[in-house]
Amino acid sequence: MARRWIPLLDWSAGRDRGGAWLLAALGAVCVAVPLLSQLVPASSPLHISAYGLTLIGKYMCYAMLALAVDLIWGYCGILSLGHSAFFALGGYAMGMYLMRQIGPRGVYGDPVLPDFMVFLNWKSLPWFWHGFNHFPYALLMIVLAPALLALVFGWFAFRSRVTGVYFSIITQALTYALMLAFFRNDMGFGGNNGFTDFKDILGFDLHSDATRLVLLVATALALAASYVASRAIVESRAGRVLRAIRDAESRTRFLGYPVESFKLWLFVCSSGIAGIAGALYVPQVGIINPSEYAPINSIEAVIWVAVGGRGTLYGAIAGAVLVNYAKTYFTGAFPEVWLYALGALFVGVTLFLPRGVIGLVARDKDT
Amino acid sequence: MTKRSSKGGQWLLLLLPLWRGLSAHAQSPDNETFLSALGELREATYSDKEKVLERLGQAGHPNLHAVLVALIEDRLCYRNSDQRVFVMKAAEGDPVNLVDAVSLQDAGATPADSVTKIGTNNSLRRVLRTMVARFGLSSPDAAVRLDAVRGMLQSLDANTVALLRERMAVDRDPRVKKEAATGLALADLDGGESPARRRAIASLRESLSQDVRNRLAALLEKTPDGGFAERDEDVRRAAAAAVSNIDQWRNVYSGVEMLFFGLSLGSVLVLIAIGLAITFGVVGVINMAHGELMMLGAYTTYTVQTVMPGHTGISILVAIPAAFLVAGLTGVLLERTIIRFLYGRPLETLLATFGLSLILQQTVRSIFSALNRSVVTPAWMSGSLRLNDALEITYNRLYIVLFTLIVFGISLLVLKRTRIGLNIRAVSQNRAMAKAMGIRTELVDAMAFGLGSGIAGVAGVALSQLTNVGPNLGQSYIIDSFMIVVFGGVGNLWGALIGGMSMGIVNKLLEPYAGAVLAKIFLLVGLILFIQARPRGLFPQAGRAADDK
Repeated sequence: MARRWIPLLDWSAGRDRGGAWLLAALGAVCVAVPLLSQLVPASSPLHISAYGLTLIGKYMCYAMLALAVDLIWGYCGILSLGHSAFFALGGYAMGMYLMRQIGPRGVYGDPVLPDFMVFLNWKSLPWFWHGFNHFPYALLMIVLAPALLALVFGWFAFRSRVTGVYFSIITQALTYALMLAFFRNDMGFGGNNGFTDFKDILGFDLHSDATRLVLLVATALALAASYVASRAIVESRAGRVLRAIRDAESRTRFLGYPVESFKLWLFVCSSGIAGIAGALYVPQVGIINPSEYAPINSIEAVIWVAVGGRGTLYGAIAGAVLVNYAKTYFTGAFPEVWLYALGALFVGVTLFLPRGVIGLVARDKDT
Repeated sequence: MTKRSSKGGQWLLLLLPLWRGLSAHAQSPDNETFLSALGELREATYSDKEKVLERLGQAGHPNLHAVLVALIEDRLCYRNSDQRVFVMKAAEGDPVNLVDAVSLQDAGATPADSVTKIGTNNSLRRVLRTMVARFGLSSPDAAVRLDAVRGMLQSLDANTVALLRERMAVDRDPRVKKEAATGLALADLDGGESPARRRAIASLRESLSQDVRNRLAALLEKTPDGGFAERDEDVRRAAAAAVSNIDQWRNVYSGVEMLFFGLSLGSVLVLIAIGLAITFGVVGVINMAHGELMMLGAYTTYTVQTVMPGHTGISILVAIPAAFLVAGLTGVLLERTIIRFLYGRPLETLLATFGLSLILQQTVRSIFSALNRSVVTPAWMSGSLRLNDALEITYNRLYIVLFTLIVFGISLLVLKRTRIGLNIRAVSQNRAMAKAMGIRTELVDAMAFGLGSGIAGVAGVALSQLTNVGPNLGQSYIIDSFMIVVFGGVGNLWGALIGGMSMGIVNKLLEPYAGAVLAKIFLLVGLILFIQARPRGLFPQAGRAADDK
């Protein structure tokens, strides 16, 4: 196989057909959704309502989370059941910026303190809230906060060779602990109510269709960019080492590769992607609260990846959209069937579709 | 306290027919004064009620004790139509069942709004308790006498001191004597010479009661004019020493109580972790549906109790094997139909069993509804064991600790002393070798999975006594129990026992300082750090493979 130094050329040369389809689809979303929501009259069945916009935006955020999970699970064999922690951390960072943007328009009208702090009789802003009124700082924290957590946690975990199911369980404990912590009022993150009632972002009204459209297009672009970045990682020489670690960790270590550094580095990248997904999620759904940390959210993200097809990246994205569309449909039409369906999905996919839905259609078997 | 006084009341009720048979005619005029005095209670102010009670006490009447107990428990009322006074069988409920205050015969049921309760206040209840206590002093049951003496300590006056002195002389029970002595010493504190008061303090040093401590501490308080409540310095010094001695011992006992709370919390976790340890140890499967198998056990308890109403005490004993069978068979079924196809792929098994847990939860929700069901605690498990004035242990916690140890012992015996246990251990140590030796590993897998699941069901029986039974029962404990398995070392029963108990104790010890949520967070962080030092837990499984996946 010819060595390709610039991995991006791989898919432009036509090898990554799934990726090409994905990018085309995202491009179509960027063009078609604004047209369908603005130009098509509300009476037409093709019209996309404000609710539809939120839904599409939400699916794409989940798709980014699934991408992050697939990056480490599909290519390095690390099954994290705590990725919702990174997602929620990114979301909280964005939420803090949005809360500061409310300014004096809150119920209590305090120019600096968010409503819940006034309610709890706090006199001044806690130290970690400073700077969040600046958008660039918030952007930095959206990536930095999850990445830092991943760095510290991953360093401890990988250093002592916590692998396999052990790693899954302690990541689950991590997100569970964070959930408990964020439920506390004195943490300074709004307790169990979290943040809501956002007004605007960068001065644009969050409830207007135009802002929603811009956010949706931004999400599509971010998803495309994370896909390209993830593809670049897994197609690079480092990506091959990662796959080697996935298939035979000890052998790779004996060959002289610093396995722990590779894993840690990938884990941090993946957490950053999850953080960005969370940050895009919050302004679109308009709320963030500690239940986003719930371990079940992380496990659901894993099942999206498994349904779509592990270790393909685009499969994870397809899986996230498919499962969440099914969830929206079932919880609306047959609410009591949904848990049966989800449960059956977990069992069925692991038993009968180890390569996911993509495995049914894809021809190449080398991933 | 109230429960026990009503027990005294029942005892009196038993004697009543006999007594009435002997002197039915002689009592009839007395009955009228009794009833009219009771009638006065209807309208009187609280202080007047106290006087009425005093008169009642002097006059005496066979039913007086039952009526006084009813008044304490808020069960004395009068009928609005004819103003007659009745005892209610229960303080709550509609319609109310009435009992005639004079004849103590059933007087039928009546709507709750046709009667008016006779109210009490704190000082009145204190008077009532003293009166009831006097009744108790003559009981043949030492426990009733002990309660009576304890009740009298609350209101010491010349009368009660005389009664206590008499009790000291005649009673044979050492506990009653000791309590009476405490009462006399407390009475001595009030007056008398300095040496007598110091002797009294010296005899109170060994007490553990909060009341005695407060009484002694009151001597050390300063009065508004700058002096001390107790003038004599020697007495003050003795009192200070006694208070610090009592405090020290009370602290020790509250530590013991905390330790016991930790043990009982830990036992629940151990019960859950034993099952997990067996399934993981043998078949190498992290069973995310373990919590739901436990939930099945809890629902089995509920079902057994529903099909045999009125036998709560026995139903819980029937529920234990029933829950073992239900959960165990479910486990075997899951293993045979799904899990065995996923051996060697631990991460996929994790996902599939998680899916199973969702299905089981939803099934239970469809059958029993999403509402929580409450399981009745049998009489022999409620109440508490009073070891001394500072330490009380509730029976349900005690039984759960014992139950855990029994289940642990049996599991250990099964694994170490039976044929199937030998096979299970062989397969978990070296599957290929065991197979080569002719062990049917498939059968062993199914048995081990069933055993682990059955123990989860038994854990569910225990849990049903502690919390409400609902579809989410399993989820709330499962993360904790995984922590234990990781802490103790996978597939090791001793690891589960020591891990569970220490997690429970550390959790309870941290709680007073950090609060329940922070304690849990500290524990999780602590565990993550612990794994740094011992990545395979306290008792790692021995093995030589570089990759034991």
